[in-house]
Amino acid sequence: MDKHEDRDAGKVRLSDPGELDDPWQDALASGWGELESAGAPAAPVPQARGAAQDGPGTPTESAADIYLEVQRSPAFQEVRRRYRRFVVPACVAFFVWYVAYVVAATAAPELMARPVAGSVNVAMVAGLGQFLSTFLLTWAYARHARLRRDRLALELRWETQELTRGVER
Amino acid sequence: MSGDHQTLALVLFSVFVAVTLAITTWASRKRHGTAEEFYAGGRLFTPMENGFAIAGDYMSAASFLGIAGLIALYGYDGLLYSVGFLVAWLVVLFLVAELVRNCGRFTLADVVAARMKERPVRIAAGTSSVTVSVLYLVAQMVGAGSLVALLLGGTSGAAQNWTVVGVGALMVVYVSLGGMRATTWIQIVKAVLLMGGAIALTVLVLLRFHGDFNQLLSTAAERSGHGERFLGPGLKYGGSWTARLDFISLGLALVLGTAGLPHILSRFYTVPTARAARRSVVWSIGLIGGFYLMTVVLGFGAAAIVGSEEVRRSNPAGNTAVSLLSLDLGGGADSTGGTILFAIVAAVAFATILAVVAGITLASSASVAHDLYASLRSRRKPVKPRSEVAVARVAAVGIGAVAIALGLLARDLNVAFLVGLAFAVAASANLPVLLYSLFWRGFTTCGAVWSVYGGLVPALALVVLSPVVSGSPESIFPGVDFQLFPLQNPGLVSIPLGFLAGWIGTLTSKESPDEAKHAETEVRSLTGAGAV
Repeated sequence: MDKHEDRDAGKVRLSDPGELDDPWQDALASGWGELESAGAPAAPVPQARGAAQDGPGTPTESAADIYLEVQRSPAFQEVRRRYRRFVVPACVAFFVWYVAYVVAATAAPELMARPVAGSVNVAMVAGLGQFLSTFLLTWAYARHARLRRDRLALELRWETQELTRGVER
Repeated sequence: MSGDHQTLALVLFSVFVAVTLAITTWASRKRHGTAEEFYAGGRLFTPMENGFAIAGDYMSAASFLGIAGLIALYGYDGLLYSVGFLVAWLVVLFLVAELVRNCGRFTLADVVAARMKERPVRIAAGTSSVTVSVLYLVAQMVGAGSLVALLLGGTSGAAQNWTVVGVGALMVVYVSLGGMRATTWIQIVKAVLLMGGAIALTVLVLLRFHGDFNQLLSTAAERSGHGERFLGPGLKYGGSWTARLDFISLGLALVLGTAGLPHILSRFYTVPTARAARRSVVWSIGLIGGFYLMTVVLGFGAAAIVGSEEVRRSNPAGNTAVSLLSLDLGGGADSTGGTILFAIVAAVAFATILAVVAGITLASSASVAHDLYASLRSRRKPVKPRSEVAVARVAAVGIGAVAIALGLLARDLNVAFLVGLAFAVAASANLPVLLYSLFWRGFTTCGAVWSVYGGLVPALALVVLSPVVSGSPESIFPGVDFQLFPLQNPGLVSIPLGFLAGWIGTLTSKESPDEAKHAETEVRSLTGAGAV
């Protein structure tokens, strides 16, 4: 059941971050500019990479160290920052908007019953607004994740798995 | 309601049961008996398939018939429900779906246990998951009994009992023989049927009003007997301040509970990657949102075409609003069109119940076998995956038996609160521990255990002390009075308590948080490294 128990068994050493030059890095870096607002375009190279070639014989490193190393790498921090910078404001926004809606509907029904056009009142507009904002946020999140996060996350995934291979399991 | 449309409805029921049993047989012939196959259906469903299955898992008969009925009776207040059910998916999409897919294998406890001491955390999370599932299951079973009896006109106790037993037996067969693969396909078929039925009725309603939504609303307001007030909030939840607070509590539980429902979480493990999990949630938000928009039209349509009084006379809770509407839209009770539409609505409602109960049964059998059995059995001897699946199959039978028994016992009680309670327990016990493990560096085993029990126990205790159980004429024990808590739904108090307990438990625990395991959880959850 627990595959982490023998994490000290393997032998993998992390390479120096400076000695990396493979075409994947270029492809990775050039993928960023897809959004206009994409701040620092070339994401820093993750430290944890390419060490597998060093193979056995080098000083031992456990899977725990590898995950810590990856967590501290600029590339991972960038993925995490991008995720949080979208999700935190979006969560606050929809949650406040929803709670405001429910509280207004229960505490101030007179306000909600004010007519807007024909039989449509404020409550109806607010309700449809909740549907609309949900659809809009869903679309925005999916787009943000696809353009800003997926590629870098996938790179990191393969790199981390490359490093932990032979250490775990 | 009698005669032809019941015969036709019964024929359609039988066809649906035959189709689902065929799916189960097909799925069970393909199985290899692995845990991956049984709990996750082989993890190779496409996002679209999984999106339909999630929608099929989530939209219960309560939302098809119940919400439309609430709207037909109380107007706008029914709509408040559907908004809560939909907005909840943003929590799932933003905070849960991808990360859980990346970190876990089969259950909620997998995600938490990866960072913590496995045994206590699994027992805690397994217990709360089974509690949520059983509450939800009993609500669905009792609902199924009264619904089928209602739709078929027979209000006799025997018809209800046999429905509960039949639904229970079918769900056990689906789950124990077909596992996740059969359950998923049944949910997909159900979601297609439900969407198709809802679209057909919505188009007919809109055609009746020449596509004029404004006229639909004003006719509904006119025929409801409430006038303009029908279109604003307050008819159902606008009474005392207790009633208003109760609704806020329910709204909070709906929004935060969905992300903690075990049968929803387990659906994310049926797709290969986190990206596929995200895309399946996008599909399901589209389907669920579209569906709830249609229930709004159906609810106001029932008020406008059938009339609120007529709906109330047929069933005080409004559950027959959609079937009455379908009779009317088809051309009246004696016409062929009415007969066919009515039979379709009844069959769709039945399909809905079966698909939902199968999903819950599967998720709870996974919690029993994968979390509880594997941790409680023995420290030294790890359970073999193959025998774990055997345990899960037996657990499905056991859970089915418990649900049938409770369903029969609770037959005459008003169990509508159980759905709200299941969401409240999920939001108080499952969501805090899940979010803390994914996002809080300093979270510890002690905090995890505290946060589960600190949400679960208050939620259940507050319900026991609430007017649902004692102290009012509608309660389960009207004769006695030990009511101390004024609200029917405990969410408003128990959800903050769950978060608070996890925080206090972490601060007071002696162990220091494991930095490396937090790093592993964080890296894995955001990148998918090492995901199965």
